[in-house]
Amino acid sequence: MSAWDTRRIRKNQRLARAASYVRSGVFESGDAVAVLESVLEPGDRVCVEGNNQKQADLLSRALASVDPERVHDLHLLISVLGRPEHIELFERGIASQVDFSFSGPQSLRLAQQVADGRVRIGAIHTYLELFARYFVDLTPDIALVAADEADASGNLYTGANTEETPTIVEATAFRNGVVIAQVNRIVDRVTRVDVPGDWVDLVVVADRPYEIEPLFTRDPEQIDDVQILMAMMVVRGIYERHRVRTLNHGIGFDTAAIELILPTYGERLGLRGEICTNWVLNPHPTLIPAIESGWVQSVHSFGGELGMERYVAARPDVFFTGRDGSLRSNRALSQNAGMYATDLFIGSTLQMDPDANSSTATLGRIAGFGGAPNLGNDPRGRRHPSQAWLEMTSSTHEIRRGRKIVVQLVETFRESGVPTFVEHLDAVALGRMAGFPIAPVMIYGDDVTHVVTEEGIAYLYKARDVDERRAALAAIAGVTPVGLLADSTRTQELRRDGVVAFPEDLGVVRGEAKRSLLAARSIRDLVTWSGGLYEPPKRFRSW
Amino acid sequence: MIETLTFTYPASAHVARRAHVGVVASGNCELLLEPSPEPSASVTVRTSVGGYATTWEAVLARFFARHSIAVRLEIDDFGATPAVVAMRLEQALEQAR
Repeated sequence: MSAWDTRRIRKNQRLARAASYVRSGVFESGDAVAVLESVLEPGDRVCVEGNNQKQADLLSRALASVDPERVHDLHLLISVLGRPEHIELFERGIASQVDFSFSGPQSLRLAQQVADGRVRIGAIHTYLELFARYFVDLTPDIALVAADEADASGNLYTGANTEETPTIVEATAFRNGVVIAQVNRIVDRVTRVDVPGDWVDLVVVADRPYEIEPLFTRDPEQIDDVQILMAMMVVRGIYERHRVRTLNHGIGFDTAAIELILPTYGERLGLRGEICTNWVLNPHPTLIPAIESGWVQSVHSFGGELGMERYVAARPDVFFTGRDGSLRSNRALSQNAGMYATDLFIGSTLQMDPDANSSTATLGRIAGFGGAPNLGNDPRGRRHPSQAWLEMTSSTHEIRRGRKIVVQLVETFRESGVPTFVEHLDAVALGRMAGFPIAPVMIYGDDVTHVVTEEGIAYLYKARDVDERRAALAAIAGVTPVGLLADSTRTQELRRDGVVAFPEDLGVVRGEAKRSLLAARSIRDLVTWSGGLYEPPKRFRSW
Repeated sequence: MIETLTFTYPASAHVARRAHVGVVASGNCELLLEPSPEPSASVTVRTSVGGYATTWEAVLARFFARHSIAVRLEIDDFGATPAVVAMRLEQALEQAR
């Protein structure tokens, strides 16, 4: 007779081994290492909540301190390898395998660990894809998550930063994994139930509040004229032209510039209410002027943003908020919304090849890519039409489909004269070095509909064939190795056919590309726009 | 260390007036463009970042191939990327027309 509840039995054994440290479901932060050593078994799949915003850092520090004799060969599942101790897990032999999405701050150290054979990377995912695998072939045995509050029943309140906590917990709890939550405090009654208590096994009050990074705060002081010129081209040549209402913006200064010229340049063009009405976006401080000027109808957020809590709570018509008034974010649902329900994604990259393939992986760094591959792709399951979606096809056939607008916004050169457009992505060599069967491409070229540089816009979706696509991209690639191949006669033809547009073809005056066009030119201006509700983190204050 | 580079291109078209664009700031450049009676464009680049002569040549050659304007052009560079320089050149032309 076969047993059908081995996972449940193992879960009970794990919890029984830790019982001496636990009282009413709660253990002391000083016992965190001992609890993990009791609960964990070699080879376990361990999901550590760590993303580009909040981090379960008490638990990840404890995990990196366990005895490798007792706990080893773990398979780490993590959105963002962002903290030094995540890499220590490999250095100390505690974990030997990892599946993840992004590793920005640790990308160099991760590449070294791979080269030294201390860790095997399963795959680099986009966030939604990684979460999806938690419900299929990568279901965690243990989840280590972070929340603001817990009550005696284990209910969790996550404040503005719900992010991926419910998703990780659901995948773990409902297949008899162990869920351990670090909280900032235990209260009699949680402010709001973000994760129900019967999904949570153990709670620990952290020695300090969970780590959180204000990743989406862009200081307008640092936006330059080139970024403003590109923002003007995007507004006229893409948003106005295709009537883009539903959209997601990347994290860079170039998209922050777009947000900041809507109330000035966009207003003058009479576009309020016509474009950029419904967003899938973290609470970007640089969106405040557009919100205050009546541009924005709704914003759904992946996560919170430090300092934006009071502002968001005061604008419940725009943001998703709970009964307690604060933001309810959800990374999995926001990624889903960004994939299926927006007409446009716009973001940046470090490198682009002649076919518009792009990657942020550069030699010696395994950086990953977070949400961009998911948001920046054409979801072929989409069935609802919109003007923008339909404009991406020229088909008049009785059966036809539209296409997501995927825009890459890049200057032809980065700082210190490094070209963005290259013959071959570093990702190809990097993938080979790491033994990946496929190169870590962020956004595949065939998903890209528009590329914008300071030279102009390549309307790649209009190109008739691969050759014309390459010519269009070269026409706006400046004096990079790719751009120098452009033929000026061919470029004139492409401009005439509308496959390439320079600023003058779009009615964009370069001389207007000045910082005076920004609705806010400093963090302080953003505070003023918010009526004092936005409270920027200290590092962004110059007063 | 300031490096000075000079370039000359044949030119036929004229511009109406002088133009002054850009800013004196790190990562930026300042351009002064004046109509020239000569049938050529003569360019002087003073840059605080050495070793980029071929890149300057590529940016300027492309600009003057696109716009055959008889001008005297002075550029003070403070580490601007080719992207910034290309935009400033076009801005100067916009102002001078």
